[in-house]
Amino acid sequence: MAELTLTVVSPEREVLREDGVTLVLAPSVEGQLGILPRHAPLITQLAPGTLELRRGAESQHFSITGGFLEVMDNTVTVLADASENASEISRERAEAAREAAVRDLEEARRTHDDMMTTQARLALLRALARLRTVERARRG
Amino acid sequence: MASPLELRRRIRSVDNTRQITRAMQLVAASRMRRAQEAVQAARPYATHIAGMIERLVLATGNDRLPPILQPRPIERTAFLVLTTNRGLAGPLNTNIVRTTVNEIEAASDAVEISVVVVGKKGHLALRGLYTLSAVFSDISDQPSVNDIAPVTQLLVDGYERGDFDEVRMIYPEFVNILTQQPRVVRLFPVVLPEVQQEAREADIIFEPDPASVLEALIPRFIEMTVYRAMLELAASEQSARMVAMRAATENATELIEGLRLAYNKLRQSRITSEIIDIASGANALADA
Repeated sequence: MAELTLTVVSPEREVLREDGVTLVLAPSVEGQLGILPRHAPLITQLAPGTLELRRGAESQHFSITGGFLEVMDNTVTVLADASENASEISRERAEAAREAAVRDLEEARRTHDDMMTTQARLALLRALARLRTVERARRG
Repeated sequence: MASPLELRRRIRSVDNTRQITRAMQLVAASRMRRAQEAVQAARPYATHIAGMIERLVLATGNDRLPPILQPRPIERTAFLVLTTNRGLAGPLNTNIVRTTVNEIEAASDAVEISVVVVGKKGHLALRGLYTLSAVFSDISDQPSVNDIAPVTQLLVDGYERGDFDEVRMIYPEFVNILTQQPRVVRLFPVVLPEVQQEAREADIIFEPDPASVLEALIPRFIEMTVYRAMLELAASEQSARMVAMRAATENATELIEGLRLAYNKLRQSRITSEIIDIASGANALADA
């Protein structure tokens, strides 16, 4: 049976390169996306969320803060704005980032600072993506 | 002629300086290695994003490209100049500033100019010559993509508002440890890679559609381009500093050798004259 090769790159580094992947689950802007081997060529934009890869029964989780995904010839390439393996994420730091983002968001709403609102919203989405990734990895 | 005490003091002072320059040389060497690794690590993303843009452009068609990909008549040009925050990096910043001045002189007859500077050194050198529209002097010499975002945001906004019709970036390219070449590249309108027509664009599914994916991807591409230039700058800075500090350490060593020689000669001649004194005194006594 055909298998997938998954590559995850962020501007700072190559996060992951895995052969023998049987399923990739990715948060596309249009909704959750599942990619099996022999998927048709595809280019899509990703929303902040969790990228999951399965190899048989074994699975790995990565947080994605947004990016792009391309499928071509059983090769899945993810261009992530930033990505971390679930095991690298510190729950405390993500939780602290979430609280800080919520505070900033309230502050920005009060002062009607559009720029700050946008930034705080993005920061909140990133923190939530990390927290959800940790949560999903824990549940397996 | 200096006294032995003065010579000893000078030797000690030069030796202290040499210790500092040697330490800076070693620090620069290890930072340079890290900076070069960062340049390497950024390569896969750059390669993939360029390929993706090529396929998206092909699928979108030339008439529906986002404005940032469409060249328009150039009446105003913005220059993005990347320099370091700290000095003691040999001729690195001077070369960048000279290239900038030449570029601006060459362009300013035909077009209006705005200048955006990254780095304290560029700010100091250029503020007397041109009106600077923006200065970023707090970006770390180990930059992350997030550090770059405000710079690219400013340029993209300016381009979309029509403040300028093209952006050129000037930065030092890291060729090797001894050579950093000032480079001038057009940042946008984005120069598209030559598209090969045999690509199988019709087969690809795009979600939501090619034009909107492309529009979301282009800012990332520009960020990536500036980010890579910043990494080149960091590698150039550290290697230029390493070479400059090595030269300084060598000069100090030479200087110390010269001073030691002078000091030893002086000491020798004093001892000789003392011995002559004693010997002639003893002879005088013996003769008496």
